[in-house]
Amino acid sequence: MRTLLLALTVSLLASAANADDPQLVIKDHKFQPERLEVPAGVKFKLMVRNNDPTAEEFESFQLNREKVVPPGKEIPVFLGPLDRGEYPFFGDFHQDTAKGVIVAK
Amino acid sequence: MLLANGSQLAIKETFEPSVRAMLASLLIVFREMLEAGLVVGIVLAATEGLAGRGLAILGGIAAGVSGAAVVAGFADVIAEAAEGVGQELFTAGILLAAVLMLTFHTTWMSRHGRKLASEIKEIGRAAVKGDKSLFALAVVVGLAVMREGSEVVLFLYGIAASSHESAGAMFAGGLIGVVLAALVSYTLYRGLVAIPMRHLFSVTNGMIALLAAGMAGQAAAVLAGADVIPSWGERLWNTSFILPDGSWLGRALHALIGYSAAPSGVQVAAWLATLALIVALARLAPDEKPKRGPAHPLAETKVAARS
Repeated sequence: MRTLLLALTVSLLASAANADDPQLVIKDHKFQPERLEVPAGVKFKLMVRNNDPTAEEFESFQLNREKVVPPGKEIPVFLGPLDRGEYPFFGDFHQDTAKGVIVAK
Repeated sequence: MLLANGSQLAIKETFEPSVRAMLASLLIVFREMLEAGLVVGIVLAATEGLAGRGLAILGGIAAGVSGAAVVAGFADVIAEAAEGVGQELFTAGILLAAVLMLTFHTTWMSRHGRKLASEIKEIGRAAVKGDKSLFALAVVVGLAVMREGSEVVLFLYGIAASSHESAGAMFAGGLIGVVLAALVSYTLYRGLVAIPMRHLFSVTNGMIALLAAGMAGQAAAVLAGADVIPSWGERLWNTSFILPDGSWLGRALHALIGYSAAPSGVQVAAWLATLALIVALARLAPDEKPKRGPAHPLAETKVAARS
């Protein structure tokens, strides 16, 4: 049942997300990758997936975004167009480990 | 951010792991509840002298806490609603409902404020009726607590669920964080009611107008962030080198007046439009004259709403 639900969720989300949308995965309260390159000057959808059993909050002051990612879920964060540069982000609930940076090139 | 990071660094080097965990959780919870704490402080001052306001505000807080638990419980449903932007729609809805209530309050006060201030002077505090306005502000308190509190609930639930070794210490830290936020409410309230009664409501009315403008701007920013409405320019300016969003002052000003270091066009537009609307409504509202007493010292009641 759980697998079925998971498969359903994944397929539903897959229909919403493009394969080339940049993705972040939260695992053990860390972001993977911790350094994510994205194109500058265009709008894009960052997919954030939480593989931990607890909720996390994707937050970035530079990007002006704050969004809860429930456990086992994948949510879109709409970003851009960004100027070239580095935009740090963090997981608000695990700030000592969950850290990363988006690099717009 | 500088301050927050600085204090975290100090925490890491100085203390035992359990104390570190406690302080980290204290900081997270305090930061989340600070905004609600400031709202409660302003509302307490704005309802000074109204009969039954203690009960109304406590009721608002209690409803907010229950609401926070429910929202946290449905976090995954909300997150996946509306093709992944359910959270933004929900947050914006809560913010705009609060803006509506705050606008009602300032309009009501610009009508009754002068009379209220003179009545409170005459017949004493906690004796004057202002039920409608009180209800509106209790709702605002409830919404603020619910919005900020749901994240605290998720955070604390995460600690409980992960059977963290310092879970007890982290819960204690969270509790202290809530108490500190309540202390901020109380301090702000005491500071505001030190203002003489004839000026108090002009000050709180001005603060509430800015609070509403800030919330409207935030709602617009959230909706633009979800690509629901156009952003009219991602960042109009950037003052993060002077006052970053993550600093304590930046956070406090964010809650009080909607400060944002790099606001989007639609955010600034919503801020300005809301403030203009509130000032216009306050000026259009027919003024209820105080029954007795000198009109002169009370004549300034509407000043803050005008400026």
